[in-house]
Amino acid sequence: MKRILILGAGTAGTIVANKLAHELDLNEWKITVVDQSEIHYYQPGFLFIPFGIYSKNDVMRPRRDYLPRQVEVIISEIELIEPDKNRVRIKKDNRTLPYDFLIITTGSRIVPEETPGLKEHEWRKTIYDFYTPDGATALARQLRRWQGGRLVLNIVEMPIKCPVAPLEFMFLADWFFHEQGIRDRVDLTFVTPLPGAFTKPRASALLGDILEEKNINVETEFNVMEVDPDAKKIISYDEREIEYDLLVTIPTNMGDPVIERSGMGDELNFVPTEKRTLKAKDYDNVFVLGDATNLPSSKAGSVAHFQGEVFIDNFLRYIDGLPLRETFDGHANCYIESGFGKGFLIDFNYDVEPLPGKYPLPGIGPFSLLQESRLNHWGKVLFRWMYWNILLKGKPMPITAEMTMAGKWL
Amino acid sequence: MATATLDLPVELDAEGFLVNPNDWTPEIAEKLAADEGIELTDRHWQVINFVREDFAKTGEPPTLRRITKQSGVSTKELYQLFPKGPAKKVARIAGLGKPKGCI
Ligand SMILES: Cc1cc2nc3c(=O)[nH]c(=O)nc-3n(C[C@H](O)[C@H](O)[C@H](O)COP(=O)(O)OP(=O)(O)OC[C@H]3O[C@@H](n4cnc5c(N)ncnc54)[C@H](O)[C@@H]3O)c2cc1C
Repeated sequence: MKRILILGAGTAGTIVANKLAHELDLNEWKITVVDQSEIHYYQPGFLFIPFGIYSKNDVMRPRRDYLPRQVEVIISEIELIEPDKNRVRIKKDNRTLPYDFLIITTGSRIVPEETPGLKEHEWRKTIYDFYTPDGATALARQLRRWQGGRLVLNIVEMPIKCPVAPLEFMFLADWFFHEQGIRDRVDLTFVTPLPGAFTKPRASALLGDILEEKNINVETEFNVMEVDPDAKKIISYDEREIEYDLLVTIPTNMGDPVIERSGMGDELNFVPTEKRTLKAKDYDNVFVLGDATNLPSSKAGSVAHFQGEVFIDNFLRYIDGLPLRETFDGHANCYIESGFGKGFLIDFNYDVEPLPGKYPLPGIGPFSLLQESRLNHWGKVLFRWMYWNILLKGKPMPITAEMTMAGKWL
Repeated sequence: MATATLDLPVELDAEGFLVNPNDWTPEIAEKLAADEGIELTDRHWQVINFVREDFAKTGEPPTLRRITKQSGVSTKELYQLFPKGPAKKVARIAGLGKPKGCI
């Protein structure tokens, strides 16, 4: 029996486990998945928790329910990867798991400790995150009783997972405070290290206009050095200061500490990965998918999904001794919730920035690319259903893995 | 960037970055730095040399975090040496392409 070991059963790990179990002869292959917790969170849902749209219960499901029965599931923390010895050490029973092929899907997480002043005595009092279920829930409690003032959202540094989520947060905050009848008492400021609202020029210009329309201030190229939790201000390296009453932070995102412990990561504990094949740069029997890679593609569930399709084709070739194909193009697509029941959809890859058009059927849609519509909002709402029922199961989505230029307006 | 007034024997792109990193010389660095209003000291050179060596290894201009973690110059000092957007300024003066943002 040959062994495949999958580390992390989040979005990417679950997709890969389902695809491998479906494609491989399980008399020849043994597939094992390790994850530290029994609960799978639908992370895109975290965005809606602060505004009382979802609760924590709405975004959690038993992890095992989404993994195929033929796969061995071990719930344990992963202690150390030893790629030179083709084995992994886990905490539970001090076990050592040997492998023939390793798939790393340990994702990324926020590390507020990287910024002085952030995770100290004001943490979850006047400073909140919404990238964790507990942070989003605490923020919901705070927003429900907040009477207004200066709300500042700060992205500490790039890359972050789901780079549009902070913008969506601002759009939803604008809507939420309108609904509460206190929008005139709330000052909203979006503070980013980027030169504009988003990473890609055309989408950035468009999203910047919407921020302005919604009366949301924008401070760009702001690299936060520290937070002064008592004076309630954030201070940049070039000595700019922004005062807040309520700070919503997107802390530094990093790969899991196990990557660092194992000496396999870059400065942010992301694993150096071949851009178009998803093989680990330094190892021939290790693949990396999802947020755990150092690739310049977005860290998003949709990307994990597209990577899953490219990976499975490639992996089946590879185990038959054929060379890997360079087929991953960085494809991402994101629904952007813009508040008041509307939304946008953007679709892009390594080389092509988001363009207006119709998606997924050229000229027909039904979803409009880079244009605000009610249907795009429903796309986002439907995404939760698709996530649990189609995406995680590795079933084909009504979307192709490589980006198509048809239907886009250049 | 006052690139229009720069008189250099090499090709620059629209944003004033060297088109070909191999064209780079220390003299060009001095001129690009002057264009940014920076006079190069030993500390500047420590960063520039690190960035060039790293680029030779990886093929990518290093991120700010990588520079501070490996060159022995703190982020705070980097901002003093190369005010406003050190990663971009260092990359330009060191003759590398513009650091790619993330999508
Ligand atoms: C607020 C928010 C909004 C988002 N919105 C969207 C969106 O609208 N659209 C979209 O496409 N994407 C969105 N995303 C991003 C998306 O959720 C992630 O990109 C996706 O989940 C990444 O999948 P992954 O498998 O790489 O990592 P994850 O799903 O995070 O899985 C990693 C798994 O590895 C396990 N693990 C890690 N280290 C260890 C260890 N040492 N031992 C044991 N187990 C370990 C973890 O327990 C986890 O289960 C959003 C994310 C957030 C936070």
